[in-house]
Amino acid sequence: MRTRALYAGLLAAAGIVAAPQAAAQDAVKEIEKYREALQDGNPAELWEARGEDLWKRPAGPRKVSLEKCDLGLGPGVVKGAYAQLPRYFADADRVMDLETRLVHCRMTLQGLTREEATKQPFGAGTDRKSDNDALVAYVTAESKGVKMNVPLAHPKEKEMYALGEKMFYFRGGPYDFSCATCHAADNTRIRLQDLPNLTKPAGAQLAYTGWPAYRVSQGELRTFQWRLNDCFRQQRFPELAFTSDASIALTSFLARNANGAEFKAPTIKR
Amino acid sequence: MHKTLFAAACAAALAGCAGTSPSGGGSDAAVRAKAVDVMKASFKERGIAKLDRLIQDETQALCSQYATTAPPKDVAARIEKANMALIKPPADGQYLGDWKRGEQVAQRGTGFQYSDTEKTPVGGNCYACHQLSKQEISYGTIGPSLYNFGKLRGFTPEMQKYAWGKVYNAHAYAACSNMPRFGAQGILSEQQLKDVVALLMDPKSPVNQ
Repeated sequence: MRTRALYAGLLAAAGIVAAPQAAAQDAVKEIEKYREALQDGNPAELWEARGEDLWKRPAGPRKVSLEKCDLGLGPGVVKGAYAQLPRYFADADRVMDLETRLVHCRMTLQGLTREEATKQPFGAGTDRKSDNDALVAYVTAESKGVKMNVPLAHPKEKEMYALGEKMFYFRGGPYDFSCATCHAADNTRIRLQDLPNLTKPAGAQLAYTGWPAYRVSQGELRTFQWRLNDCFRQQRFPELAFTSDASIALTSFLARNANGAEFKAPTIKR
Repeated sequence: MHKTLFAAACAAALAGCAGTSPSGGGSDAAVRAKAVDVMKASFKERGIAKLDRLIQDETQALCSQYATTAPPKDVAARIEKANMALIKPPADGQYLGDWKRGEQVAQRGTGFQYSDTEKTPVGGNCYACHQLSKQEISYGTIGPSLYNFGKLRGFTPEMQKYAWGKVYNAHAYAACSNMPRFGAQGILSEQQLKDVVALLMDPKSPVNQ
């Protein structure tokens, strides 16, 4: 709804009246201009700063910071870590994406319960801020400019990738939708929104390296777990559980397909 | 780069390459079955969206299985036959409703999401994927343009029946279509289906101007 209203506003602002084909072209151009203009100042920086503070400040029953958390490149190494996730972690004997690993570190290092470490996974206004969102913003920003290099060596990494691929094509729900319904063809769009083809490197790279993002229409920083969750909402599926195996498998499939591209997030989107 | 990625995907995806996985994960069917199990354990019901939405019918399961290759001819024929049998004509035999209400159904994108309720108006969201009238420039391109649908095909009773069937259950005509089965899955009411058919087939509809 908000998107529609926003586009309607843009079209009105661009002075476009119904002169079909040319107008559609002009509308797409105006929206591109709007997206470019947005990149100038990104409120995601507020989340990044709060996340850095959460990372470095002693917290939890054990009153320790997260600075010893191993994101895959060794304890405390944040720079470039996100570009190599998800990956297999021997200490948990599980493939983990960033958000799952952060929950793990907050539990094992700081002594939080699972319930405490997973509450408010997504922000909902100023009175319900999400620590997860802030930590993800901080860690992902430390991979800005780094090339995606997600490993696929350990058998469990291979298995997660293979499962994620099958889930991508899983059709279900009252509308028979799968991820592939919208994201397996070139040059398609929903309304005026371009859709990336996530089955090809170019599309996966463009899409994956752009999350997390500050969503102007929502006033929130949105993580990749949130993005998957919201896709399934629109697919008419039940709710994808935060840090569930399906979320990690799909992230593995998409992140690995983005290998070779420079990571660009946190970005800003309409 | 591309080649490496493909080889890696092959190694991981088990089937279509060597047939077995280096991790000993088993056949393509076994991976698919495990993926379904993992999905069932990874979702939770929310509002109107219950976990039974993850239980696939035969059409969904086959179309998932053949998503990257298109189903073999005999499988496609089976899917189309089974779905054709689900199409029910309108009780009064009248296919055309009100195109103005059909336009509203085509514009509306809500319904059946966990963020909706039983009371949320349900739409067909046709414009998300199709061009319809010339006036609406915000249309998607996943499906073909339906501009001048009736004008191009003729305003005949046979074409009204075809349009009804296509909106009711697209898999009856094209196995594994991307389009929801708006009638067969109970998404739109009989009246809404008639209104959408009118949008496509009424000579006065903006679709046919």
